[in-house]
Amino acid sequence: MALPGVVNRYLLLMAQEHLEFRLPEIKSLLSLFGGQFTSSQGAYGKSPFWILSIPSEEIARNLMKRTVCAKSIFELWGHGKSLEELYSSLRNYPVEKMVPFLHSDSTYKIKIHTFNKTLTQEEKVRRIDALEFLPFEGKVNLKKPQHIFSLLEDYGLDPNCIPENPHNVYFGRWIADGQRELIESYSVKKRHFIGNTSMDAGLSFIMANHGKVKENDIVFDPFVGTGGLLIASAHFGAYVCGTDIDYNTVHGLGKASRKNQKWRGPDENIRANLRQYGLEKYYLDVLVSDASKPSWRKGTYFDAIITDPPYGIRESTRRTGSQKEIPKGIEKCPESHVPVSLSYHLSDMFFDLLNFAAETLVLGGRLVYWLPVYTPEYVEEMVPSHPCLKLISNCEQKLSSHTSRRLITMEKVKNFENRDQYSHLLSDRFLPYQGHNSFREKYFSGVTKRTAKEEKSSQE
Amino acid sequence: MKLLTHNLLSSHVRGVGPRGFPLRLQATEVRINPVEFNPDFVARMIPKVEWAALLEAADTLHLVEVPKGPIEGYERDEAFLRKMHHVLLEVDVLEGTLQCPESGRLFPISRGIPNMLLSDEETET
Repeated sequence: MALPGVVNRYLLLMAQEHLEFRLPEIKSLLSLFGGQFTSSQGAYGKSPFWILSIPSEEIARNLMKRTVCAKSIFELWGHGKSLEELYSSLRNYPVEKMVPFLHSDSTYKIKIHTFNKTLTQEEKVRRIDALEFLPFEGKVNLKKPQHIFSLLEDYGLDPNCIPENPHNVYFGRWIADGQRELIESYSVKKRHFIGNTSMDAGLSFIMANHGKVKENDIVFDPFVGTGGLLIASAHFGAYVCGTDIDYNTVHGLGKASRKNQKWRGPDENIRANLRQYGLEKYYLDVLVSDASKPSWRKGTYFDAIITDPPYGIRESTRRTGSQKEIPKGIEKCPESHVPVSLSYHLSDMFFDLLNFAAETLVLGGRLVYWLPVYTPEYVEEMVPSHPCLKLISNCEQKLSSHTSRRLITMEKVKNFENRDQYSHLLSDRFLPYQGHNSFREKYFSGVTKRTAKEEKSSQE
Repeated sequence: MKLLTHNLLSSHVRGVGPRGFPLRLQATEVRINPVEFNPDFVARMIPKVEWAALLEAADTLHLVEVPKGPIEGYERDEAFLRKMHHVLLEVDVLEGTLQCPESGRLFPISRGIPNMLLSDEETET
């Protein structure tokens, strides 16, 4: 239990991947577990070392049971810009907080981690010896110690410019590791059922964390595809459902996405994917449905909506439409029921998605989705907004030299009243994004120019 | 398709509005799928259930032991929750149809998956 008035500081060691996505993930998870993100550190930016205050060790452990962005967390006992500063910082750390982990019945070991530099064995031993002033009374056990203490030295981020002395050094008691191993165990490479645009496992867990998914939630994906995003939520104990306009994908039929495979096998559908990971009990249902024309009765059911809508590049954007409009591409499958496919303007799709989320999310529930962006024209005002939804975070992932996608997280803060009252408001707000309706053309414009260049140079 | 899902589905045929609920269920193939009992999840779902629709669907499928409504203190009543768990999550309609009560339009269920797609003329603007 935290003593009142005492600040419990922890050191998070972050993975150097998906840099922009890390802070929103940690903030969302802390708020999920009743903590709040507080730190004395100025900026986080590119650094893997984050110092924050967390009210209790229990919250810290819960955080680590969910995060895929953080590698480890330590109870911070001291830090400084040099080893000397570290030692005086350690001398200022209250002894009564150290003693429970150092007493004579316990076993421990000390690990040295250096970042962007390699130390010799002698140098490491010297550092361990220098810590002898700490009241260690237990026995050293290198194989299975009860307590692990870590000395971490930060030599910066530039492998071409390694300083003689570290920029920062930290010392603390190791508490827990994060969930980065999920990235490998849930890798798309090993998954039974995949599509052309199945989400990278790490990002799908980040999305579930941005969405504050928790046990016994209902999570919905209106563009479910092969169900990859549902897997992450199911792993965290949520019950999952989804819809997709593509009959074949929902049923697990048609051509396979794997290189050496022609057709999908019987074990390839969303339910089978969940079964592969022992998560079948979280499967509610999937439906063939048009996300722009949802068939849910009026009410709020979903605790989170987590989705990757089609951008019109590798999967088409479609919706059902009347015979009067010119079709852009029709799936030839007698059983599927898409009579005419219209090209679905991206801005309309996000308008529908935000309205749908505002209507069907519980109060406090989150919408997490990817917004494709043509970077030369991007401005923040372009991010769709809605009077019932508050923007929580906006994280960029570059796709190519002139395109990126942004992971947008929104939280429902106001009850949805009447669909009509939002229509005229939103069409104004969506004007900045209208230009992105030709996202597909813009995406390919770079490709066309490059191909033309290559052809020209090969002819010379 | 589980009965929990059926309980949330409504017809979106143009002009039908709230009279599109509940969809009339017709099943030609039903499977009972054991699902691990989670009382907390079932308790969370109880306030979301439209009971008349649930009872109608359960009746169509000739299910027995279906509670007629939430009872006092249901959150801690394991017997009640287990019955609800079975009705909502373990009964899976594999083949059948869902019918819009107002327009008569049929939505097929095939391999456990309902197909809710309509043409533009049929949908609401």
